[in-house]
Amino acid sequence: MGSIKDEDKKKEYEQYVNQVTPKNNLFVQMIKAFVVGGLICDLGQVILNYCKSQNMNKETAGAWCSLTLIFISVVLTGLNLYQKLVSFSGAGALVPITGFANSVAAPAIEYQKEGQVFGVGCKIFNIAGPVILYGVFISWLLGLIYWILKLMHVV
Amino acid sequence: MNQIKGRQSTKFEKDVYILGCASVVGQKEGEGPLGDNFDKVVKDPMFGKKSWEEAESEMQAIAARLVLEKCQIKADDIRMVFAGDLLAQSIASCFGLVDLNRPLYGLFGACSTIGEAISLGAMAVAGGYANHVLSMTSSHFASVEKEFRFPLAYGNQKPPSSSWTVTGSGACVISSEKSNVKITGITSGKIVDFGLKDSQNMGACMAPAAADTISQNMADFDRNPGDYDRIITGDLGKIGREILIELMKQKGYDIRDNYLDCGMLIFDSNTQDTNAGGSGCGCAATVLASTLIPKLESGEWQRILFVPTGALMSKVSFFEGQSVPGIAQGVVLEYVGKEK
Repeated sequence: MGSIKDEDKKKEYEQYVNQVTPKNNLFVQMIKAFVVGGLICDLGQVILNYCKSQNMNKETAGAWCSLTLIFISVVLTGLNLYQKLVSFSGAGALVPITGFANSVAAPAIEYQKEGQVFGVGCKIFNIAGPVILYGVFISWLLGLIYWILKLMHVV
Repeated sequence: MNQIKGRQSTKFEKDVYILGCASVVGQKEGEGPLGDNFDKVVKDPMFGKKSWEEAESEMQAIAARLVLEKCQIKADDIRMVFAGDLLAQSIASCFGLVDLNRPLYGLFGACSTIGEAISLGAMAVAGGYANHVLSMTSSHFASVEKEFRFPLAYGNQKPPSSSWTVTGSGACVISSEKSNVKITGITSGKIVDFGLKDSQNMGACMAPAAADTISQNMADFDRNPGDYDRIITGDLGKIGREILIELMKQKGYDIRDNYLDCGMLIFDSNTQDTNAGGSGCGCAATVLASTLIPKLESGEWQRILFVPTGALMSKVSFFEGQSVPGIAQGVVLEYVGKEK
């Protein structure tokens, strides 16, 4: 016996494994994500509405909204509560800005023991790295497309 | 007597015994179905230390001290130590055992390490190179999450096929000194790769290796599953278990009735949120030390085949698109006490 070399046989085994491996109920997961994600966005809207009622302009209100949500997420991460929310709702808690905050706060806590430079300094963006890199890259790409369209007088 | 059996097995001519064993675990394991069996349950996940890695080392140091006490021998009586763990460069073992001041052979077998350590230790005793050998291993939930997955505070959903790394250290003293439990043979495992790439479904990745070692053990010793009171794997979990039974069936062996898995024994997945079951080097080691060997010592079981399994991968190999091969080390343990 031993390992499988034939690619078809490997696929066969993979298909068999997929058959016997239970998966989370997708519909239930989506409902949970939708509700929690929605509630987090509702919270953001409440903050925005309050800021506007205090006569702040759009940008300042937006900044306060982001800051508040990030602050809440970081505190919940430190109290080991944010993970429980993600475990329950998945993308609902990971996709909003609160998820990004958790992904930076978590390594900041974990890598303290390895020092401020090589621990926290080098590893704090371990998880958020792709978001930062590809976020900036896509922004640049969109900016390039916008500039070209402007040159062509399309926009 | 020819000690070489078949293609991968060894039958020891010289008597090799398990003189004693010890297990140290964390809080979650202590709250599990086997909670009362462990020698020591430590609630503090940091074991009084400043980092997860040091905590795991401390766990090994405690397990080593306990097993020496239980066997009523001193560290100086240990001729050599076989130990390893999941952390890079096996630092948990190195720093945990430095104070033992005895020769160390560091190992890596992933979650099959205790099987590897016992196999090599038994060979050393059987070869007359040592009268007492210490074989041990450990794993720690937090240090493994940090090394292989994500920082503890990071939110991520674990799929139902995932496993929960056991925080625990298991240690055995293997000796030429008589006891009720003998290591009568081993089946050395080879790497078996069925091309699976899902590191969140370790059981499925390792089951082929377990099937390979178990069926080879049957062939080499001319035995059937019924010749063992139990066949016990390390951490195949719920899914790996079903796959192993099916793979063994394809080879002509029915193990459904006497097959157990340490990962499914150590946690209650209904109440402890551990999905497919426990995993890690410490899983098989602590279940062996706390539950399996005592059943042999008392004569409740006469002969078992202990087959811890490991997934041989690294983060680098995984991200570079390589598969997750498995390995399984088989150890035959028998009761040799007085007839009841």
